[in-house]
Amino acid sequence: MGMMQMVAVSAIALAAATGLAKAEEPLNAEVIHWWTSGGESAAIKVFADAFNAAGGKWVDNAVAGGSAARSAAINRIIGGDPSTAALFNTSRQYHEIIGEGLLNDIDAVAAKNSWDKVLPAPIAKAVKVDGKYYAAPVNIHMPLWIWYSTAALNKAGIDKPPETMEQFVADLDKLKAAGITPLALGGQRWQENSLFSAMLTNVGGAKLWKSVYGDKDEAAIRSPEFRKVVETFVSLKPYVDQSSPGRNWNDTTAMLIKDQAGFQVMGDWAKGEFKQAKKEIGKDYGCIPGLRPDSPYVLGGDVFVFPKTDNAEQVKAQHLLVEIMTSPEVQVKFNNLKGSIPIRSDVDVSSLDACAQLGMKIMADPTRQVPDASQMMEESMYGSVQDIVTELWNTPMTVDQAIDRFDKALKG
Amino acid sequence: MGAEFTRHVKRNLVAYIALLPMAAVVIFAYLGTLAWSVRLSFSSSKLLPRNDFVGIAQYLTLFDTPRWLTSLGNLVIIAFFFLLICFVLGTLLAIFIDQNVRAESLFRTVFLYPYAMSFVVAGLVWQWILNPEFGIQQTMRSFGFSGFVLDWVVNPRMVLYAIILATVWHGSGLVMALLLAGLRGIDGEIWKATRIDGIPTWRVYLQVILPMLRPMIITSLVLLSISIIKMYDVVVAMTNGGPGTASEVPAKFIMDNLFERANIGLATAASTVMLITVMFIMAPVLYFQYFRKSGSSS
Repeated sequence: MGMMQMVAVSAIALAAATGLAKAEEPLNAEVIHWWTSGGESAAIKVFADAFNAAGGKWVDNAVAGGSAARSAAINRIIGGDPSTAALFNTSRQYHEIIGEGLLNDIDAVAAKNSWDKVLPAPIAKAVKVDGKYYAAPVNIHMPLWIWYSTAALNKAGIDKPPETMEQFVADLDKLKAAGITPLALGGQRWQENSLFSAMLTNVGGAKLWKSVYGDKDEAAIRSPEFRKVVETFVSLKPYVDQSSPGRNWNDTTAMLIKDQAGFQVMGDWAKGEFKQAKKEIGKDYGCIPGLRPDSPYVLGGDVFVFPKTDNAEQVKAQHLLVEIMTSPEVQVKFNNLKGSIPIRSDVDVSSLDACAQLGMKIMADPTRQVPDASQMMEESMYGSVQDIVTELWNTPMTVDQAIDRFDKALKG
Repeated sequence: MGAEFTRHVKRNLVAYIALLPMAAVVIFAYLGTLAWSVRLSFSSSKLLPRNDFVGIAQYLTLFDTPRWLTSLGNLVIIAFFFLLICFVLGTLLAIFIDQNVRAESLFRTVFLYPYAMSFVVAGLVWQWILNPEFGIQQTMRSFGFSGFVLDWVVNPRMVLYAIILATVWHGSGLVMALLLAGLRGIDGEIWKATRIDGIPTWRVYLQVILPMLRPMIITSLVLLSISIIKMYDVVVAMTNGGPGTASEVPAKFIMDNLFERANIGLATAASTVMLITVMFIMAPVLYFQYFRKSGSSS
């Protein structure tokens, strides 16, 4: 009897298995993304492997360069031959294609996983349009960490990293006196903009950040607080070395790795460079999230969007992708390789590195979460803002001129 | 007249039919897209093309954008120095090689070689040469000249001249090749005649030979002007428009707004302005090249 039962069970199982295999071809999912560097491609492989293991077939379409990859995705959407999913930044880059009705919403998956509860508010706001979720956030990058080289700081007689803006400036002076480049900056528009943003969050604070970039409030732009931000930014010019213009961010991080420079303002992706150089957090280098006790944690990152399709198989593939990418285990594994932190608070943080754990801890306080500037304005407006910042940094533009131009650019 | 025309069409009917596909490509692919982008410059298009009409709003925004004005100013400076230096240098090189120097083919190759390189490569090479950290400045300092400064690519006041240097290095070989071909076509009898008259060589070049090379000169100037208008890759490779906006050029403004800043309306307005500029520059050239010639021959 037991024997018979076993045979019957295995027969049913076999039938079920073959039946399944016949009925369901693997779900094809073509994904357009720009993650081509070593650490990035290792990270996206986590998604690909998990998706394949869940019965899908990941078709990788990597396009080098963020704007090139996004253009490719948009052209495919307009041309009527969209990919299954496409990578965008957590910003307004994809809001216009949502408005045109060119994306599928993923509300079903979002509701099932109660995204309203697990996602930080600014991230939820960036991916939710008209009450529906249209994009799956996969990571949170904080673009304004302050990195330091322990050896460089020690050489200048600084025994502990700065906690306030005053200490930071004092440390810059000490580094300069010791003959070390105090502030490593790559003189490219976006890096100069990161430095400016760091001054806005650390000198100005969360409220000013939101009222200037979010509300575009003229009173805030013309306030003494914002003036102080601009003045502080300009006052940092002497701390940067002469070869700064045009330098790539990773070459700039290398200055910290070689202990030739003290500090760098850069996103948490800089960790990848330190790791590759076999440097250890806490020993060789360190991360400072901000220079005030309530320093805001700027939530940037990446999302996947899912172009409109009526093909049931494709919709199924899209939902499976969302499910896989945002599941807690995959999130931890992926973000550890990407250098970012998971999008949800209900994950096991013990395997994350010290900086990521610190980030998770800060992010647990909703009052310190602020959206990235790119989530609060359109790309063209943000571009004009960055033009002002780079001119302010590289020309003798006065503070008054700068404030007038900020006001004008933010009026749109 | 009418009969003659019909006869002409009948005789060349096959040729016209053969030309049709090409004509269709030109009309739809070139003129069509051109008209489409001019149309978009009057719309409010951002990331996606829109079919609305906002008048000249994009043009007003464009000429109120400091970066665009900087780009235009930079283009004027680059155009002036690049055309002047490239042309003078190219002509002198051609004359030099035309003196029947030894190892002529070697010189010819050396001078023309930069032109065979892409602008991206040329830009990167010059960026490295002029970079204060690994370039000439560092080399000279390591030789003991500690006060040596050559910081053109990182100095906002000098960066345009760094770009001019790179483009002149790239382009003067072309002028040389074109003018050398022209010089080789000059009849030896002219040289003999001027020698008998005892005219100094430099005057012969200036007043006899160069005027005879007018078609080559115009061709090379047109080619150089086109490379100025579409100048993009060399700037991206060398400075990416920096420091600040000191080396921005119009083509880069257009590309950035099209692809990075999702601002199709502004980008097409800028490209329409460039198109009009090109037409203004090219119109007199084309007039002299074609219409006056056919007018004088009839």
